Amino acid sequence: MQQRTPIEEQIDLPFLESLRISFQSLKIRFGRSIITTAGITLGIAFLVSVWMNNEIGIALQESGRQSTINTFEETTQKGISTKDIWLIVMSLIVCVVGIANSMLMAVTERFREIGTMKCLGALDGFVVRLFLLESGFQGFSGALIGALIGTLGAVLLGLKDYGLDLFFYFPLFPAQPEDGPRQLGVIVVILLGCFLGMVLAVIGSSFPAWRAAKLPPAEAMRTEV
Amino acid sequence: MADIVVKTEDVVKEYRMGSNVLRALDGINIEIERGEYISLMGPSGSGKSTLFNMIGALDTPTEGQVYIDGQNMSQLTQRQIAAFRCHRVGYIFQSYNLLPVRSAHGNVTLPMIFAGLPERARNEKAEELLDMVGLGDRMYHLPDELSGGQRQRVAIARALANDPSIVLADEPTANLDTVIGREIIDLIKSLNEEQGVTIISATHDLKMLDVSDRIVDIRDGLVERVRSRDEIDIEVGEVGGH
Ligand SMILES: Nc1ncnc2c1ncn2[C@@H]1O[C@H](COP(=O)(O)OP(=O)(O)O)[C@@H](O)[C@H]1O
Ligand SMILES: [Mg+2]
Repeated sequence: MQQRTPIEEQIDLPFLESLRISFQSLKIRFGRSIITTAGITLGIAFLVSVWMNNEIGIALQESGRQSTINTFEETTQKGISTKDIWLIVMSLIVCVVGIANSMLMAVTERFREIGTMKCLGALDGFVVRLFLLESGFQGFSGALIGALIGTLGAVLLGLKDYGLDLFFYFPLFPAQPEDGPRQLGVIVVILLGCFLGMVLAVIGSSFPAWRAAKLPPAEAMRTEV
Repeated sequence: MADIVVKTEDVVKEYRMGSNVLRALDGINIEIERGEYISLMGPSGSGKSTLFNMIGALDTPTEGQVYIDGQNMSQLTQRQIAAFRCHRVGYIFQSYNLLPVRSAHGNVTLPMIFAGLPERARNEKAEELLDMVGLGDRMYHLPDELSGGQRQRVAIARALANDPSIVLADEPTANLDTVIGREIIDLIKSLNEEQGVTIISATHDLKMLDVSDRIVDIRDGLVERVRSRDEIDIEVGEVGGH
């Protein structure tokens, strides 16, 4: 029992220890993790499907094909129409708000846990790191699933619009046609979707986690959700 | 003379809610000796938990100072406060406050992880502590799978993980029935007697009376009176006599 000795400085935890604690938390809270992750999946699926649909549209117009069903004026023009930009921006907003909301809820219901960990000697930075790791992992896996679902959705839509031609001109890789708009291609859109989901989840959880970690433990433990 | 572990000097705590200011502590002065078993008694809302939080560095006073082991708490860095909570104090709460994602064993090892203890050492210590509180056969259960009394035992084992010199308990028996409550009190008392841990317990459980060395009566954020062991015995005797 140490007595009278001056109070020492709290040590930092090794990264691996933080990683273990965060994975254990994800595993035990699997059901709840899935719900949070589903929020991310939905947001990214929506965004990627709209975006991918647009990519496919451009690629097939580029190839001289036209939608067999869609007879909007815009489809005959080359490039991204205002309507498409608007749709993508809208879905991006829905995605950002949806993910921020999922993460906020997931952190808020754990204020008590945060207060408790601080009672046991956790540094504020450790608490934030824990949430960063958990949300980063949730963000990436949720977004990957979302991006794949979104792609599948866009492909189905493309099949409906262009029939099997879709597969002949499938924009898998980035392309820069002479006189057309730049195309990102399916792979890049999926990767961007994953990246975006992860970044949004990390940002969305680190702000509330930081706020909770800064609270005196007594206050953090008072919150009833 | 006496070895003072905890000393508060005119501790005031105000809570601000909009334009209202609630003075939960109105100038508390107490001194607690090493090895004492102190009960903070008082009706609900009198300020027991608020004082508990001040002594345990879980919140900061609006005015006044708290000294632990002669150290002015307001002068510590964030890292020192974290180390203080980790090493010097064990906390026991009315609502247990176990981490729901960690087993009994995982809850007990966590403070030792924060203290930087190697894995083998902390596993052994956790098993030893859980054995001591009578949960040797429930170590890997999640808090959800344990009864209230068992959860409080886990909390006690966790509070002892880093050999604190002070254990703070905020109404540890309030959510438990009389029999289980008595067992928890006896367990806390045995830490006090056998390991010399200073116990500071907020309570309005009268069962706590006969294990306490001193009782601090709190009312409206003020120390109403302090009764020693002998005075308590006399009162208990009187009550019994009538
Ligand atoms: N975080 C807080 N914000 C506002 N008021 C509080 C807060 N914590 C406690 N109080 C108030 O301070 C007073 C003392 O509360 P508390 O210390 O919890 O009493 P006890 O533990 O003795 O029941 C009560 O009136 C309570 O409502
Ligand atoms: Mg209370």
